[in-house]
Amino acid sequence: MKIRLEGATLGYGEAPVLSEVNFSQQRGERVVLLGPSGAGKSTLLMAIHAQLAGASRVALVPQDGGLVPQLSVRRNVYMGRLDDHGAARNLGALIYLRRPIRDEIDAILARLGLQDHVRRPVEALSGGQRQRTAVGRAFYRGGDIIVADEPVSAVDGVQARQIIEMIRDRFDTALLALHDVDLARAFATRIVGLRDGRIRFDGPAEAIDRRQIDALYA
Amino acid sequence: MPERLAPATVVACFTLLAAILLPFADLEISGHDPWAMLGRMLTGFARPDFGAIETLAHSLALTVAFAVAGVALGAAAGFALAPFYDRRLVRILCIGLRSIHEIFWALLLIQAIGIGAPAGVLALALPYAGIFAKIFAEQIEESDPRPRNALPPGTDAISRFAYACLPLIRAPMTAYCLYRLECGMRASAVIGFIGLPTLGFQLDSFFRKGDYGATSAILICYIALIASLRLWMRPRLAPLWIAGSLALLAALRAPPMGEGALWRFLSEDIIPRPLRSGEGLTGLLDWLGDLTLTEILPGLWNTVIATQIALVLTGIVAFLTFGLTVPAVTGRWGRYAGHLFLVVLRSLPEYMLAYLFLQIFGPSLLPAILALGLHNGAIIGHLVGREADSLVPGLRPDAPRGLNLWGWELAPRVFGSFLALCLYRWEIILRESAVMGILGIATLGFFIDSALSELRADRAVVILIVIALLSALIDTISLRLRQRMKIAGLRDSDCARTSALSADAMRT
Repeated sequence: MKIRLEGATLGYGEAPVLSEVNFSQQRGERVVLLGPSGAGKSTLLMAIHAQLAGASRVALVPQDGGLVPQLSVRRNVYMGRLDDHGAARNLGALIYLRRPIRDEIDAILARLGLQDHVRRPVEALSGGQRQRTAVGRAFYRGGDIIVADEPVSAVDGVQARQIIEMIRDRFDTALLALHDVDLARAFATRIVGLRDGRIRFDGPAEAIDRRQIDALYA
Repeated sequence: MPERLAPATVVACFTLLAAILLPFADLEISGHDPWAMLGRMLTGFARPDFGAIETLAHSLALTVAFAVAGVALGAAAGFALAPFYDRRLVRILCIGLRSIHEIFWALLLIQAIGIGAPAGVLALALPYAGIFAKIFAEQIEESDPRPRNALPPGTDAISRFAYACLPLIRAPMTAYCLYRLECGMRASAVIGFIGLPTLGFQLDSFFRKGDYGATSAILICYIALIASLRLWMRPRLAPLWIAGSLALLAALRAPPMGEGALWRFLSEDIIPRPLRSGEGLTGLLDWLGDLTLTEILPGLWNTVIATQIALVLTGIVAFLTFGLTVPAVTGRWGRYAGHLFLVVLRSLPEYMLAYLFLQIFGPSLLPAILALGLHNGAIIGHLVGREADSLVPGLRPDAPRGLNLWGWELAPRVFGSFLALCLYRWEIILRESAVMGILGIATLGFFIDSALSELRADRAVVILIVIALLSALIDTISLRLRQRMKIAGLRDSDCARTSALSADAMRT
């Protein structure tokens, strides 16, 4: 696993969202990106995901979840491992999901508090439930690292803390964008502050003080 | 950027053109005492006679069977072609398939493989395959890309499609299939007029006997069947309907065809005669010149006249009727009456309406123009009426009601989409007016029909190409005009909203 961006300029189309970015991450680090909306957190996460995707197994929680609204919660979670099976088996799983797979998925969903919704189509869920489904898909996928963009923005405080703890237990290496500063401090080994497309600070979580963080949002 | 074209200018130009063409149109009433005929028909229609219930049920069942089988086969083929629609070869094939009208396909197929169930089913399935491929390809392309992007990178293409695309487009696909089935029900009835055992055939034989009571009964059943389509055709029941239709069609007996008829049709009949007899390029040019002077130009002239006048009539009918279904304009009971009126005109295909008018007025462009204007006007009136109705809750609380609401609040607001729909249906009107030639009206279809009955398929093919080119031209002009007027784009899939009896109309 290798994450390294040097002097990178990132963005969609003409206008760069991030310019002159230097970023790298070691195995075992839990990095949280902080910054106001529009700072470039999502762009940075997607660039790193693209860099990693070919080489290592990444569990991804994109900002909008990337769920299929018409499919059940269970099948959306199953989609985390589509690349582990051939097309024939995946097509079969659309019609019938075998018992061991179902049990494994249901265990994950139970820990996320979704045990009563496994069969419901995602479009019938609340925003928070959808977000937990997307997290469940990442858990089911597993891998060397999780890349998650605001994975708990729509769930309540207690549950957010639980989910973040579950992420910490399950993945050694993590790269998250969060907006809750306390949650970020509790989770991260390293915090990166972004604003206006530039990295403003980057250091161990305990070395970053309140003033630096406040300056990001001022 | 050129300046925005004023809608009023466009309306004025089309109206002026139609007015100039009007004196050239053959609108002569040649029927023998049309008013007495109309009286007899109306008396008969007022007393529907369900006595011949068995014949009636059989021909309705076959109409449904041809429609279901044709649409199912077309949808399956279109679904298989859709992922490859970006390849030029597939796209050209699909454009070719859908540029020929269902009835012309039926005429060609009857020549090539004989009059039987396969010809009827393919007559619907072939053009629909081309349409379905285009629509499905558009739906795939426009589906939300986010689920696809969230997939693990190594996912194979089939799983990718089955999980992250198909569930997203299933609802619009089903809606479009239902809309197509409605079109298929109309086409299936109409191929009866050229000899297949569907509703048109039965209608024609009742008419020949002067049995207007039975005609009325069969029309009532047919309209009820189309209006209730969404009740009896549930997506879950589709496999049963398809199996039943195939069983019914398989039991149809057809006269046997000589061996090698299809091959002879493809390898000889449709090759231009001068090429077959080795007259070379000069022979071909003479042959084409003769065909152009004696058939294509006269047919083209009548087709275009009928189209332009019918288009303006369509606009008038639509504009005057769109308020009928808005309760704030016509009141509760007025609204039901309005719906009934529009449903009847929408359900009966143009061709069938033209057939009815032909019995009254005799063969001229008049039945064709009336049928085209009423049917298409009712479709646009229904769609615009729905849009107008959805505007009502957003109006100011002290907005007027009744005719004032219609004229002052609604008509100006929906004028853009009204015009867009008229321009969109322009090309459809052209194709249908060409088809009506088969009834004996002097549009292009007349010459196709007579060429095929004289076993000169080569001439029919040339005229079909002319129709395809003309409709492509009109399509281009229509698109340009809509762009220049800057009114919202419309596509074929939007017409899935043209349900005979829409869900919201049934709820209230």
